Amino acid sequence: MIDVLRRVFGDPLGRIGLILVTLVTVGALFAAFIAPYDPIALNIRDRLQDPSAAHFLGTDQLGRDLFSRVLYGGQVALKVALITIGVALFIGVALGMVAGFGPRWLDNAIMLFFDTIRSFPTVMFALATVALVGPSLETVIAVIVVTTIPNYGRVARTQTLSIKSNEYIKAERAMGASTARMLSVHVLPNVMGPLMILASMDIPTVIALEAGLSFLGMGVKPPTPSWGSILNDGYTLIRNTPWPIVAGSIPLLMVTLGFTFLGESLRDLIDPKLRRTV
Amino acid sequence: MSSDVLTVTDLSVHYRTDHGALQALRHVNLDVPRGSIVGVVGESGCGKSTLIASIIRLLAGNAFIPNGRIEFESRNLLDLDEAAMRDLRGNRMSVVFQDPMSTLNPVLTIGRQMTDIQYRRNASRADKQRRAVEMLARVGISDPASRLGQFPHEFSGGMQQRISIAMALQAEPALLIADEPTTALDATLEVQIIHLLKDLQTNIGCSILFISHHLGVIAELCDYVVVMYAGEIVEEGTARDVFHRPAHPYTEKLLQCDPAGIAAKSRSLPTIPGEIPDLVELPAGCIFKNRCGYVMERCDNVVPAWTESAGTHFVSCHRTQT
Amino acid sequence: MSALLQVENARVRFRVCSTLQALFGGVSDPCIDAVRDASFSIDEGETFALVGESGSGKSTLALAVAGLLPAAEGSIRFEGAEVTTMDTAALKAYRRHIAFMWQNPVGSLSPRLSVGALITEPYRIHRVRERDLKAESARLLKMVGLPPEFAARYPHQLSGGQARRVGVARALALDPKLIIADEPTAGLDVSVQGEILNLLNRLRSDLGVCMFVITHNLNVVRHISDRTAIMYLGRFVEQGPTDDIFARPRHPYTLALLSANPEPDPDAVLERIELKGEIPSLRDRPAGCEFHTRCPFVGDACRQTFPPLHTVSAAHALTCHFPR
Repeated sequence: MIDVLRRVFGDPLGRIGLILVTLVTVGALFAAFIAPYDPIALNIRDRLQDPSAAHFLGTDQLGRDLFSRVLYGGQVALKVALITIGVALFIGVALGMVAGFGPRWLDNAIMLFFDTIRSFPTVMFALATVALVGPSLETVIAVIVVTTIPNYGRVARTQTLSIKSNEYIKAERAMGASTARMLSVHVLPNVMGPLMILASMDIPTVIALEAGLSFLGMGVKPPTPSWGSILNDGYTLIRNTPWPIVAGSIPLLMVTLGFTFLGESLRDLIDPKLRRTV
Repeated sequence: MSSDVLTVTDLSVHYRTDHGALQALRHVNLDVPRGSIVGVVGESGCGKSTLIASIIRLLAGNAFIPNGRIEFESRNLLDLDEAAMRDLRGNRMSVVFQDPMSTLNPVLTIGRQMTDIQYRRNASRADKQRRAVEMLARVGISDPASRLGQFPHEFSGGMQQRISIAMALQAEPALLIADEPTTALDATLEVQIIHLLKDLQTNIGCSILFISHHLGVIAELCDYVVVMYAGEIVEEGTARDVFHRPAHPYTEKLLQCDPAGIAAKSRSLPTIPGEIPDLVELPAGCIFKNRCGYVMERCDNVVPAWTESAGTHFVSCHRTQT
Repeated sequence: MSALLQVENARVRFRVCSTLQALFGGVSDPCIDAVRDASFSIDEGETFALVGESGSGKSTLALAVAGLLPAAEGSIRFEGAEVTTMDTAALKAYRRHIAFMWQNPVGSLSPRLSVGALITEPYRIHRVRERDLKAESARLLKMVGLPPEFAARYPHQLSGGQARRVGVARALALDPKLIIADEPTAGLDVSVQGEILNLLNRLRSDLGVCMFVITHNLNVVRHISDRTAIMYLGRFVEQGPTDDIFARPRHPYTLALLSANPEPDPDAVLERIELKGEIPSLRDRPAGCEFHTRCPFVGDACRQTFPPLHTVSAAHALTCHFPR
């Protein structure tokens, strides 16, 4: 693990990614200590201020400190990203491996399920769900989980199919190993490598999706801070002040670039085809 | 014009690795005389693949060439730009690879692939097809005209290798590089392909650089033999010299080990104990000293010189120099 | 001597198209016979070699023997027990007694497991708890001539020969009675081939384990097997004591295989029997003798009738109209 980090750090792109990701993560994790103000405390007297020593990123129309809101918004963003990707990865890998390893009919059934989900446009699906059950963090997480399962499932299935044809799986079978053992000991570790890279590159997508839904008012309920709702506030105030928009975009940019760089650097590191070979 | 199609002089190829430069090829000298078949023998890790890749200039990205010349038809290939090099490949020199399954494109018909590679010729489609049919017939494919529409998977492994050879020789190159072309084939087909190569070589008059680990195939096909070990050429000579009077201990051992050469039933076969040395941190002296049965004091720190042991027979070993 | 493994008239079929396709496509049989009427036995302590070119059905037969493929007809008995009718539990127990050495030395080792974990994998699969796995891995490595430190290595850090030894160590883990070795020297350098053959021979004399060797390389067979069978298009064409077969091959195909072996001598005088053409498709077996399309000694009888079994001695038999 330390070795991987060191190698990522050795790559310029990876280093930038790692720094950006660390900044955002630390900011979100320690928001309670870093944030100078309560993110939801109203202070109408100081509304719509430009950045200053007292308010690094200014204040919004209700006088809330934008810097503090951005930090707490990071908590929401990371929570959504980690929970959704974790759950989607778990379900996707399980289904994908079963599809790849199991009998043909099961493979067909699972693939049909994946294709059905993927045939809905994500945002449409999200809007419809929110309209049905109402906006909340849980709804956002559930929607994103369901729509990303096929991404992981398909990759896991393809990987499993190619691993299945390897001679070491045949060797396991000939030794009398059970399917569960072959999947958990021999297939899973080989499937996880590419999937971890995919997952790290999906984090910004999921964060952007959460921000987008919150922007549309379909996500996190006010007054909980979210980067999307900060952007939404800024959008309505664009004629008065640009700062809320800036405050909402900076972390999104940092996260997107950070995780993308990190993911690419990891991919170069792990993908044997791109790795320097002799 | 020199009598050699290909002359490799003092060629070294290194690969950059995390631990330092891996010296895959060191001071290699090799001549391929016009119209002859030169065999390169060696086991895994001897640098055969690196040698081919450097001749066709398709080395991996982390490779670099600290010294050497590769002269092909009186031009140093290492000086040519990519466009000039591309002009040579498949035209003046071509390659037949080990696995015919993966050299032929599975989704295009044989006819399409054979006419596509004639893109340099300014000829009509019908003309190119005629040429393809003619080539297929020459490599022994029956009813070639009707088989142009077939896909690679409709042919057996032996037939696929014949097609690869037809494609390689279509432009009548001066040099054919055959990289273990029979290894993936069964014994009875291997014999057929060897004979085919020999016939075509006589008819077309090209030279062949034939790489193989199979001593029997080399002995049967080649005029000259080059023995490689751990990135160096340790012995070179006519097939008779090398197989009848091996001068390097490695060649000698290799010939002893070949199960094909041991007719008497034996429960204890000869082997070459030990491993190939680390090519990043090369040992001093002779490269073969750790596995050699005749090792002397001098082998420990003096690199043996490349010396002539008879007219056409060269070897790098201290034993022959005393 | 009693037979450890006895195979009688084994037939293994593969489906190549659906019954419907066969019905409408005018194909009389939707299946092909990958192995047909194979009969042989392996006695205690014996090594039996099966020789054939790719597609001859030799690996298929081995998989059927291990119960990994169903046999359509015939019987496969191991120590008297019928393998073809075993249920899953019985098969699992049966597989403790047979071990495979796979063709690809590195590819048959799971890449993310250390050598130590790989060679003790059979204990975990069969839940053998009473043994100390660490000591076992050292013991197994020693048996195949590798130092105990190798337990910490991973497959990609091994050379072909070392990986092959690890494969042998894994095969030995559960003290099998029969080792099935599929191309034991494939992909190995000439200088390493001898090492592996010597190792197999030594294990056989030390442990008394039976071996079933599958190969296309006659040079391998000569040095390790007691009896040899030659397979062509899924059938045995010749079977007998290895020494007899090498000294006096009788079937034209055996003759051709033996002579197709280029010798490392440029002046070797070859009386080569070169075969014409390619191996016919299993979907379209030739009538009469199935080898007649490539046989240099073909006669009229060969084209019409299937050749009778010709017995040279009690142990040596072949199917040919005109044995050499």
